[in-house]
Amino acid sequence: MSAVDARFGPYGGRYVPEVLIAALDELTAAWEQARSDPVFEAELASLLRDFVGRPTPLYRADRLSERVGREVWLKREDLAHTGAHKINNAVGQTLLARRMGKRRIIAETGAGQHGVATATACALLGLECVVYMGTEDMRRQRPNVERMGLLGATVEPVEAGARTLKEAVSAAIRDWVASVADTHYVIGSAVGPAPYPALVRDLQRVIGDEAREQALAAAGRLPDRVIACVGGGSNAIGSFAPFVGDAGVELIGVEAAGEGLGSGRHGASLLAGRTGVLHGALSSVLADEDGQILEAHSISAGLDYPGVGPEHAMLRDSGRARYVAVGDREALLALRELSRLEGIVPALESAHAVAWLLGGGREPAGGIDLLTLSGRGDKDLEEALAGLRRLERDG
Amino acid sequence: MAEPGVERIAAAFAAARSQGRAALMPYLMGGFPDMATSAAVIDAYADAGADLIELGAPYSDPLADGPVIQAAATRALAAGTRLEGVLELCERVASRVPVLPMVYANVVLTLGAERFAAMLAGAGAAGAIIPDLPREEDPSVAGALLERGLAPIGFVTPTTSPGRLAAVAAAAVGFTYVVSLAGVTGERDELPPELAGIVAAVRAASEAPAAVGFGIGTPEQAARVGAVADGVIVGSRLVRAVADAGDPEAAADAVAAFLADARAGL
Repeated sequence: MSAVDARFGPYGGRYVPEVLIAALDELTAAWEQARSDPVFEAELASLLRDFVGRPTPLYRADRLSERVGREVWLKREDLAHTGAHKINNAVGQTLLARRMGKRRIIAETGAGQHGVATATACALLGLECVVYMGTEDMRRQRPNVERMGLLGATVEPVEAGARTLKEAVSAAIRDWVASVADTHYVIGSAVGPAPYPALVRDLQRVIGDEAREQALAAAGRLPDRVIACVGGGSNAIGSFAPFVGDAGVELIGVEAAGEGLGSGRHGASLLAGRTGVLHGALSSVLADEDGQILEAHSISAGLDYPGVGPEHAMLRDSGRARYVAVGDREALLALRELSRLEGIVPALESAHAVAWLLGGGREPAGGIDLLTLSGRGDKDLEEALAGLRRLERDG
Repeated sequence: MAEPGVERIAAAFAAARSQGRAALMPYLMGGFPDMATSAAVIDAYADAGADLIELGAPYSDPLADGPVIQAAATRALAAGTRLEGVLELCERVASRVPVLPMVYANVVLTLGAERFAAMLAGAGAAGAIIPDLPREEDPSVAGALLERGLAPIGFVTPTTSPGRLAAVAAAAVGFTYVVSLAGVTGERDELPPELAGIVAAVRAASEAPAAVGFGIGTPEQAARVGAVADGVIVGSRLVRAVADAGDPEAAADAVAAFLADARAGL
């Protein structure tokens, strides 16, 4: 059994209050054991197939391909149960929590997709579920708040700071500090103290594993590029992981440029951040020169986070992955464009990846792209339609 | 400050012990609600017989702190407080009482270990409390502090394994910070019954004293903790007193009154 990664180059680690160390040790040991246990593996595989609906399709988007002048394959995580890739991690972690004897689950959520996924997995497994959510995100993602309630979860509003994802993660960690004995914290992205970045990557790499196999079968070869949006970076690291060893495959992560990288209102932690600690890991973070964490901004709640998974910081430094950024406006337009070209309404997060492809990503012409469509856009309709109306009004 | 911080901390605990009591270590949030109030409060601590002082530097994402100290940090940052200003508070009283700045890891790492340690030494600090930097994550910070005679303070909590507890206590310089409960800072009605056992285990494994913090909000609780530990740390209760006071003078009076009661009970 191999060790769970704690560091990614200089990044990662466990920058947490001492009270959490024992729980992180316990979680690390439990994951090392579970991931090499055929019984756990079989149970997870069966739930992913029969409950989540995996494998998700790899779909050749012909009209989009024609528009950008490249052959584009969409990995349809939007078709997974609950409408996003978040369910892969939520089912895996709650199964692990049950195996560890924890009866209470806490989670944070930004866009609400991870909260819904966790509430869903908890309903499935009969576990108590509490989801922390910033009140600004509750406003932006009201349908998901209602879904969580319907699924039997308690949504705890978080009023601190900008009332978005960063504050929700902090609130969940504070709960966990006081409840570690009977509670598991299902973190929603490849962030946080070790072992979370490795645990979440391991659970999300099903996206890339499936896509790699599907691409070989359908396109007859590996893609030239794998493209995914990056907030905390879980769908991206899950998509990238199986391709890291394929030197010919370029890995491209698309961050949120919000109102522009120069505006100070964005979520581009990798492109415009500095090395620092947020939520227990050393990574690239948005912080001022004193080390105070800054507020992020993105129209997409799931990318509205001033940090990013530590493995992405390593992939950036090594040059193995390339990171780019796309703003609110381009993402909104891409959401509409994909809806009309392919009959697929993407989540605003995923729309960032599509927007890059429609813009700078058209070059060079020709070649095969694999783009992970991390979620569907139903949750964003109100926000996206209002945004599009604003764009039309303001020209 | 010719005498190294480590020795000043040891002397403060020894002086309290010679009086047959635990050392009293009040906390304040530097810059909350403003610098004038913090200056009055830290002076009051020194005048009212604090044996040591924990001086909080405000941070945007204080994961170890409960709502009272978190709100104080937000307010202090909004008022423009920076580490330099907090260390000016340290300098005010450093010749009278050992002061331990409490600074979150990202502020420390952004400065770099050497620069951070040099700033603290320059302000006459006796050590540093970094609540989210377990020593194994970055030994360079403890190294830079020790080189200047400053004590890097280690933590033990009710969830710390026996092996880790022994290792933290054995490596302790200055004192070991025993967190009384599994949770964030803030007043509690009850302290956990296993606390005395944890303190005893820390003392058995260490030459350095054991000071207990988190959850202590009344002179009675301070007295009960003081009966089993070498030091008692009071935080949120005093921050709340400062929040409730209208001006620097009222804040100083309020914290001095609490400290006098707490000292008398130890």
